[in-house]
Amino acid sequence: MDFINAILVLLNYTIIPALTYGSQLALGAIFVTLIYGILRFANFATGDMMSFGTMFAVLLTYYFQSLGINLGIFPTALITIPFATFMMILYMLSIDKFVFEYYRIKKSPPVQLAMVSVGVMFVTQAIIRIIIGPADRTFLDGQKFILKASEFKEMTGLNEGLTIKSTQAITIVITMIAVSIMFWFLNRTKTGTSMRAYSDNEDLALLSGIDPKRVVLITWIIAGILATIGGILYGLDKSYRPFVYFNNMLPIFAAAIVGGIGNPFGAFLGGYVIAFAEIFLTYAYKKFFTYILPEALEPNSMMQLLSTDYKFAVSFSILVIVLLFRPSGIFKGKTL
Amino acid sequence: MKQYANVITAYLIMFTLIILVGIFQSWSLALTILNYCLISAVMTIGANIQWGYAGLINFGIMGYTALGGLAVVLVSVAPVGEAWKVGGLNMMICLGVIIGMVFSIRLSLKKINKSKKRNYLIAAIIIIGILLLRLISAPAIESIEAVEPAKTGFLGGLGLPVLFSWIAGAFLAGGLAFVVGKVALGLRADYLAIATLLIAEIVVSIIKHEDWLARGVKNVIGLKRPAPYEINLQQSPWFIDLVEKFHSGKLALINSVSEKQEVLNQLVIDASSVYVKLCFTGLFLTVVIILLIVTQKALYSPWGRMMRAIRDNEEAAGAMGKNVVKQHLLIFILGSAIVGIAGAMMVTNDGLFTPGSYRPMRYTFVIWVMVIVGGTGNNFGAILGGFVVWFLWVEAAPIALFFINLFTAHLPETNEIRVHLINSAPYFRFLVIGTALLVIMRFRPQGILPEKIIKN
Repeated sequence: MDFINAILVLLNYTIIPALTYGSQLALGAIFVTLIYGILRFANFATGDMMSFGTMFAVLLTYYFQSLGINLGIFPTALITIPFATFMMILYMLSIDKFVFEYYRIKKSPPVQLAMVSVGVMFVTQAIIRIIIGPADRTFLDGQKFILKASEFKEMTGLNEGLTIKSTQAITIVITMIAVSIMFWFLNRTKTGTSMRAYSDNEDLALLSGIDPKRVVLITWIIAGILATIGGILYGLDKSYRPFVYFNNMLPIFAAAIVGGIGNPFGAFLGGYVIAFAEIFLTYAYKKFFTYILPEALEPNSMMQLLSTDYKFAVSFSILVIVLLFRPSGIFKGKTL
Repeated sequence: MKQYANVITAYLIMFTLIILVGIFQSWSLALTILNYCLISAVMTIGANIQWGYAGLINFGIMGYTALGGLAVVLVSVAPVGEAWKVGGLNMMICLGVIIGMVFSIRLSLKKINKSKKRNYLIAAIIIIGILLLRLISAPAIESIEAVEPAKTGFLGGLGLPVLFSWIAGAFLAGGLAFVVGKVALGLRADYLAIATLLIAEIVVSIIKHEDWLARGVKNVIGLKRPAPYEINLQQSPWFIDLVEKFHSGKLALINSVSEKQEVLNQLVIDASSVYVKLCFTGLFLTVVIILLIVTQKALYSPWGRMMRAIRDNEEAAGAMGKNVVKQHLLIFILGSAIVGIAGAMMVTNDGLFTPGSYRPMRYTFVIWVMVIVGGTGNNFGAILGGFVVWFLWVEAAPIALFFINLFTAHLPETNEIRVHLINSAPYFRFLVIGTALLVIMRFRPQGILPEKIIKN
């Protein structure tokens, strides 16, 4: 019995939150990796672009709520995904047209494009803050919990309850759907294959008649969809605050590089690696050990490896270690 | 002289702008802007010798700035005797453990051949070391932080004059740069950018959360100053006499004695703040000029030519027998040390150390915009960039407010769009800076004052 309780503690406080957070990071990391693999630069505007899409979701959610439109037990934000994604893709394409295209045609070195993306980051932040302001906003409505701790305890008679927030379930389900569609698209369709070919060897791809403009367009569209979904899911689960989204860029980069940059599947797993590492290393295991160990051995301290203040530092340290020992990432990405 | 014409024009325009701020807003504000411009200039000199001379992209400026700030606390604050008594010994042992760890890792790297065994050994040293550190430091940290937590709760510093901290800041930042450089300099440019960005973030989070070191997010206030305090100036007779002499014409026009005294008091208060800021300006200007002379000399020395050669073609420079790795490390340390000085200068100027305020936006990306806008590889350009971008950063909000009022003048006062825009005026600075960067990158990628290669 104690063993089941211990497992429940872990599920509740580490595994389910890590899966949720990991899914959100994974979507962002695939976004980074796609841009890196096909457009060949590190996009420092990642976090703010995700924030841009989410901003529309927040505003539209408020609008729909004022009209009385909702999804019942599901959050209203889910209806806004197509609209927000559309705005996001429009924004990304216009940014590409006015900013990035010039450097791509000139074949500028990646560093220059990265610097340009810093400029885009500033402008995007300004637009977001001017439109919606820097404040913290929650836009979650509908049913909050799928399974409450008290209900679970009643059902099973265990000491520990299992809580599943609806946002957690929604995040994991939507991520799985979005990511499977994306991998199907990349691996099974002709356009997807041409994108991979373009990513592997640009010259050869051009030689075999692949239209680079089309590849770039499709890349931005897929990136836009993933970034918006990732942003909205994060916002639903936590809350929407522009500064936090900017900061999220850092673990997202870490996930993309850990997974092997340029490799979408690696980025997907990288998101979970980072999330699990962050949460497992900063969780206080006291409760877990009180269940699993005999009474005599019960721990007095919190049994916490690192204080939660160092959550971000964990992912960065992992990144540094990976860069040192396996610079192409855990799952072979582009060589550096 | 002719070849410097554009430099001189650019600087003249810049100083005219600052003087205009003095005339239209206030002299105190103008001097604040000027001081921050000078601090930014030091940072851009540091970033410029990394990026402009050597082509190393360092997005970790924030970390070095924060370390510079930390140096001010560690050097100038008086030691907290009580805290040393309760936890000093343990912390010293911890320091010893860390040094021991570093040496044993170095030793094993040197003595044992590359193998799996060596990796395990190093991992074991690190894990045992960390466990030891936690074991020793945990009770000490708790007791140190319990010493008057509202006022101290940290070990304090050495109690030395604050100017020493500028040098200490350079050493701290240089030391970190040595470690980071050893680890990360082999990476390709954009990976180096990401790695340095993340390492800086780690450094700041350590400073933020290790309260025993510098009070963390509880901030250290009332730091020492290399300049007199306003309150003392206002009471010293020589200063009042000076102000009286300076404004004698204006004061002579006032007849009533009490009114005269009142006006004089106000003038003394204003003048004291200007005087303090002028002191800082003098100090900062000295630093900027010394750094400018040194970096200019270096740029046109054989060493500078070698750095440019390495930047433009690493393989060729390597083939000519230049040690690329070593030179990269050297310039990385030098640049970061200069940024460390700037960090210390900034905290000295503010008189308080607020680890919570170190954010990559303000301390890394804005500095980079300065370097790119000003002119990479040209020290005058980098300094100018520091001035221009800082000026924009500060003045963007008032200017935006002016334009918002101009364009929405026909709307009623309570119009929602107008109110919203006026409330979001501060955020126009991001827009201005971002647009400036994009425009410069597109139409003048070498910056306002491009790099000049003197061939003799």
